[in-house]
Amino acid sequence: MRRFFQVSWLVVRKDLRVESRNKEMLLTTLFFAVSCVLVFSFGFVRGGEALAGSASGVLWITIAFSGTLALGRAFERERHHDALRGLLLAPAERPAIYVGKLLGVLLLLAFVEALVVIMVAFLFRAPLFQHGWWLLTLLGLGTVGFASVGTLFSAMLLRTRSRAVLLPVLLYPVTIPVLIMGVSGTFALVQPEPDLALARLWASMLCFFDVVFLTLALWTFEPVMTE
Amino acid sequence: MPPSQNVDFTQVTLSNVSRSYGRRRALSQVNVVLSAGEIIGLLGPNGAGKSTLLGLLSTLAEPSGGQVFYGDLSASQGGAALRAQIGFLSHDLQLYPELTARENLEFFGGLYGLDRVPERATEALARANLSVRADDGVDGFSRGMRQRLALERTLLHAPRLVLLDEPFTGLDEASCTALVSRLTQLRAAGCIVVLATHDLDLVDPLLDRAVFLRLGRLGELGSAGPLRARYRAALAESPPPRGARGQADAARSAPTEPAP
Repeated sequence: MRRFFQVSWLVVRKDLRVESRNKEMLLTTLFFAVSCVLVFSFGFVRGGEALAGSASGVLWITIAFSGTLALGRAFERERHHDALRGLLLAPAERPAIYVGKLLGVLLLLAFVEALVVIMVAFLFRAPLFQHGWWLLTLLGLGTVGFASVGTLFSAMLLRTRSRAVLLPVLLYPVTIPVLIMGVSGTFALVQPEPDLALARLWASMLCFFDVVFLTLALWTFEPVMTE
Repeated sequence: MPPSQNVDFTQVTLSNVSRSYGRRRALSQVNVVLSAGEIIGLLGPNGAGKSTLLGLLSTLAEPSGGQVFYGDLSASQGGAALRAQIGFLSHDLQLYPELTARENLEFFGGLYGLDRVPERATEALARANLSVRADDGVDGFSRGMRQRLALERTLLHAPRLVLLDEPFTGLDEASCTALVSRLTQLRAAGCIVVLATHDLDLVDPLLDRAVFLRLGRLGELGSAGPLRARYRAALAESPPPRGARGQADAARSAPTEPAP
């Protein structure tokens, strides 16, 4: 088990090191997320008042869109110079490589989400920080569910020519339940009278989906990556 | 099987190995035995299936039919322990251009679970004649420098089965000589070295035997005469590819006389 996490850590560290040098994924994802929130704010905020319930929807749609952009690039550095084969040839458990890539995506999305939450709270005047821990729980669980499937699909599509088109086509139908739960849970939190019991229910369901998605992804990563 | 367990690498056997990509058959009924302490040349025109064969030997790809045995183990039985004994230099160099030469070596050294990774990386950089550029990004390297670094990455974990796809690409004369000498050392150490190349004159004195692939079929090249002449004879004897495109490919891949 120690070796498993050692390999995952090596992959995360390598990805962070590369990202710190070219900032390719971070800047594009951040820029896209900020643009998304700004455009939505022009549509849904009138006279300083946001459309009821729009904040939670905008938050999760922005996460889904910018997350898709990040996931599309997640294995891009492995594609160049065929570095993926170098990774797969290493005598390490292949799911450890998946976990490493997933953690890299999660760290990036956490950074983006921090900014998006602040922007949505400010522009939509949404009391997102009223129950900050619950929001953090929902965001964490939702992002894990979304990114675990997305990372697997991103790896699967690495050798296909139209991967940029195929990724959202495959990803959204599978992760729609996660997004709906995220929106519903967040909506319960930003009501004038927050419904914490409902938020807890949605968080539990997200937790269940995460376990299912992660188990399936860890189980299928090795056969999916064999040529 | 844990990675520390040894796999018998005295012989690697391909038994009736075929590989198809959809309807296209890249390898057909390949039978060959590779023995320890041998350098085997894998020759053939472009698109003959050389890279496919190396991919199968490396365990990265699975045969559509037949089996590859490493000693008594198949690829699926060997798992990580088997991969720990294989070094594969593909035509794409499997390096991260954003990382420095040292970081690339240390990353792969870590993945292979090696001890003394920084020291090994320093030694490898010295062998690649890249000590001075150790902390420079690989994206600023020439093709030859990348090739040398990728070769050291391939050999960093002292593999028993060494698979090299066009290892002389981009190398200058001194680097070619160093590589030839390195391959001789690997043979003396009892490694199996499989070398896919078009540099026939360079590898002629080096090879213990040569096999010839064309249209996915494998045959042994005889041992009498210069390698280039044997290769030409095999090319002339084997059936030409079907269709105008195949004939154009064959014409392109026919060996030319070396420059005087």
